[in-house]
Amino acid sequence: MTVTKRIIPCLDVDNGRVVKGVKFVDIKDAGNPVEVAKRYNDQGADEITFLDITASSNNRKTILSVVEEVASQVFIPLTVGGGISSIKDIRALLNSGADKITINTAAIKNPQLIADASDAVGNQCIVVAIDAKRKINKFNELSWEIYTHGGRNPTGIDAIQWAIDMEQKGAGELLVTSMDKDGTKQGFDLELMKAINDKVDIPIIASGGVGNLEDLYNGIEIGKADAVLAASIFHFGTYTVNEAKEYLVNRGINMRVTYD
Amino acid sequence: MNTIAIIDYGMSNLSSVVKAVKYVAPNDNVIVTANSDEINDADKIIFPGQGAAKKCMQSIYDQNLDQAIKKSSKEKPFLGICMGMQVLMDYSDENKGTNCLGIIQGKVKKFKKNINTRIKIPHMGWNKIIIKKDHPVWHKIENESYFYFVHSYFTNPVEKSSVIGETNYGHIFSSVIAKDNIVAIQGHPEKSSSIGLQFLKNFIRN
Repeated sequence: MTVTKRIIPCLDVDNGRVVKGVKFVDIKDAGNPVEVAKRYNDQGADEITFLDITASSNNRKTILSVVEEVASQVFIPLTVGGGISSIKDIRALLNSGADKITINTAAIKNPQLIADASDAVGNQCIVVAIDAKRKINKFNELSWEIYTHGGRNPTGIDAIQWAIDMEQKGAGELLVTSMDKDGTKQGFDLELMKAINDKVDIPIIASGGVGNLEDLYNGIEIGKADAVLAASIFHFGTYTVNEAKEYLVNRGINMRVTYD
Repeated sequence: MNTIAIIDYGMSNLSSVVKAVKYVAPNDNVIVTANSDEINDADKIIFPGQGAAKKCMQSIYDQNLDQAIKKSSKEKPFLGICMGMQVLMDYSDENKGTNCLGIIQGKVKKFKKNINTRIKIPHMGWNKIIIKKDHPVWHKIENESYFYFVHSYFTNPVEKSSVIGETNYGHIFSSVIAKDNIVAIQGHPEKSSSIGLQFLKNFIRN
């Protein structure tokens, strides 16, 4: 008996509304972040992640009020990512009710931000997002390179080394997304997950590529992830979170199963 | 109407605790305060906390809150959460050793990495609380219910009879202590969905 593996539905939020084809059957307003978050909480989600994809930076107030509203009614950990670049941003989100924040691009521009943030608010709040793409060199050796801006901009940084550096700086968790797999529904990049897990001791959230429940199982069992993040399989109602958990429990994974 | 004071000594993000307490106690007066008089006047006290032990103790002393915390923990229902549980003890191994409030006898220790189980630190996520003893805070909460945890250190109280809940992470540790009018929990009831809300409600209604 120990800590359970976690399932984390991820919601894209644009201008205060959940986007990306959410179409629940029994939900009044599928675009309302509170409704969607409640729905996932009732299904037994272990945490919820909001990714703010609002393009204009002057809209930060919108995400703060979304977080405020959700956190007043849904009492599981809430993680918020997207456009966070300063301790001021982090504090504003935590004060609104977020429990953790994810940082990607800003950490690459200024790795010291992770150390400062971890020092200021505690490492349990700081999740570093790693977007990685496979790379094979002329000796046919596999490695992964970090990308920013949703996978558009290569950085030349090695993902495994970066994971080690970020743990050392004070990251509390790593959210690892395979840019090769994201959106493909072919499953996580298990080698990437495992390669990072072999090198760090902080929890790893696997992301990118989930198409079915076996993918979640493989992410945990083979990729050694502590948590699995998925969007579309839950949003489109292919599976509920509870169905996913039941499947994983039947395959021997330790999960928190709720009967609310 | 009761006044529930949530102590704010500048060391944590209180927003989740405040929201959850307001949610389960809509008719009570919930205040967030660093003022000793307000703490002394309140009916019930919630003492949250995050971060490192040394900084926590430092900010308690900087704001002259130690006496108010000690006094209220003797006189009225008092709930310590997470770091708010740990600093109630005598001493923590964190930050090369930190003297704490000494309200509950015992020490705070760090989880050890274990080659066999390879536990990750912090202990982050959902884990079961094994109920060791009957207590009003367990009203409508089943044995081995899941709570959300985030911590790297755990309490080891001297008085084992005060342990009302245990959790297994690499080894068994005391996750809930009750002594006189104090209840202290290592997990985060404010983040533990309906079971956590029930726990908070039980504390407030009791």
